[in-house]
Amino acid sequence: MSEILLQVQGLGVTYASARGKVKALEGLDARLHRGEFLAVLGPSGCGKSTLLKLVAGLLRPSAGRVTLAGEPINGPRPDVGIVFQQPTLLPWQSTLNNVLLPIRTLRRDLAQGRRRALELLQLVGLETFANHYPGELSGGMQQRVGIARGLVHDPALLLMDEPFAALDAMTREHMMLELQRIWMATCKSIVFITHSIPEAVFLADRIVVLSARPGRTIRELSIDLPRPRTVATMGEPRFNSICNELRSLFTELVHFN
Amino acid sequence: MSEHAKAVFYPIITLIALLALWVVAIRVFKVPNFVVPTPEAVVSSLRRGYIDGLFWKHFLFTLQSTVFGYALGCSLAFLLGCAFAESKTIERLFYPYVVALQSMPKVALAPLIIVWFGFEMTSKVVMVVLVCFFPMFINTVVGLRQTNPALLDLMHAFSASRWEILLRIKIPSAAGHIFAGLQIAVVLGLIGAVVAEFVSSTRGLGYLINAAAVNLETDVMFAALISLSVLGISGSFVIRMLHGRIVFWDKGTATRTEDVAE
Repeated sequence: MSEILLQVQGLGVTYASARGKVKALEGLDARLHRGEFLAVLGPSGCGKSTLLKLVAGLLRPSAGRVTLAGEPINGPRPDVGIVFQQPTLLPWQSTLNNVLLPIRTLRRDLAQGRRRALELLQLVGLETFANHYPGELSGGMQQRVGIARGLVHDPALLLMDEPFAALDAMTREHMMLELQRIWMATCKSIVFITHSIPEAVFLADRIVVLSARPGRTIRELSIDLPRPRTVATMGEPRFNSICNELRSLFTELVHFN
Repeated sequence: MSEHAKAVFYPIITLIALLALWVVAIRVFKVPNFVVPTPEAVVSSLRRGYIDGLFWKHFLFTLQSTVFGYALGCSLAFLLGCAFAESKTIERLFYPYVVALQSMPKVALAPLIIVWFGFEMTSKVVMVVLVCFFPMFINTVVGLRQTNPALLDLMHAFSASRWEILLRIKIPSAAGHIFAGLQIAVVLGLIGAVVAEFVSSTRGLGYLINAAAVNLETDVMFAALISLSVLGISGSFVIRMLHGRIVFWDKGTATRTEDVAE
């Protein structure tokens, strides 16, 4: 396998809350190779989003370390892109300007950024909507703008925090196919956080399963279903047997609590 | 009839009905003119005032002091609101005093302000500034603090500076609240100007009402009140129009402001 881009070792995060200290993550280990699609799967409230904030440099770990390309993450970095659960677009800016936001805040060359933004809008199928405002787009379209924005500054790593959770089932399926296509076209490394088993199995090269809070790695498995995966993949017995295996793992987890 | 025509035509029906009721009531109950003037007297008073030109200096005086005070008070409130929302230290230093001042009825300060700033326009402007300040200030602070935390995370993740976050994210996010503050301040500002004129002035629509009251010229008082309404309604209208144009993405707060104003 190729070089390791992201390495998470013995990661722990403790929050101070009104009811005392809460452990969000404890002893979490994970790694991501360059160009790999990693899904982080876990029950609600297992600290998945905390993990993402740590990698994004928005939070500091209480224990353990996170390194990106060998360097510890000490704060937000220009070589990381993020897509949130909600599209979080600026409603007062056009689609194109929304995609250009990281170019502006990172003070990159605007003319070059604009070219790249238009290419990405084409990639996500929204080139004719460059001058529309977010309020004029559907939920799925908004999320695709969010993906284009996450990629516009050409980050080495794209973090996605349950990006399809707010979408309806049909849009969701469509977006899974779209994301696979975008990923295959851009060869990015992706950490994709989700609580949907089929989503993780469909998209990922490898899945890291977290336990309920405090989250720690309890299982890791590679998904070797051939690419590109299609709607038909979801009907295959291999796909279903992996899903069932993960599902029974979760049932056990809930049992433990 | 189209919905648009109805929206214009129906209020006119109400207006005609009210005017008729006014005329009839005066005749039937034999109300003397120095208590309630006839509509004709009010109209002729308005005509004398604005065509022969006696009212203009009063109208312009009130308009000017309101506009200056409004612009100054709202700008000041906006800037201080930003400082307050951005800095915990500034908030801790001033918060109790802001609350104390806010709870005080500002019109009670009018005599003091006249003593300090004289009988001319300055004292009226200062009064308007004081009255406009708080709704605008509070709305700015609340609006800035209600910025979607996910947008802030996003900006932090993209290494945006604090200044950039304020300009690009927080202020546009707060725009709906800020316009609601501007809308309330229009009406309050006019009240401030009139109160200051009541206390002591040689000009202005408030002065005109006071002076006419001494001579029981109710037709002039009515004419001045109508002029004040025109000022207030026009001001609200301008702000609402700007709100719709500038905060085009936020239909929700645009209607909320209307609810406050009407």
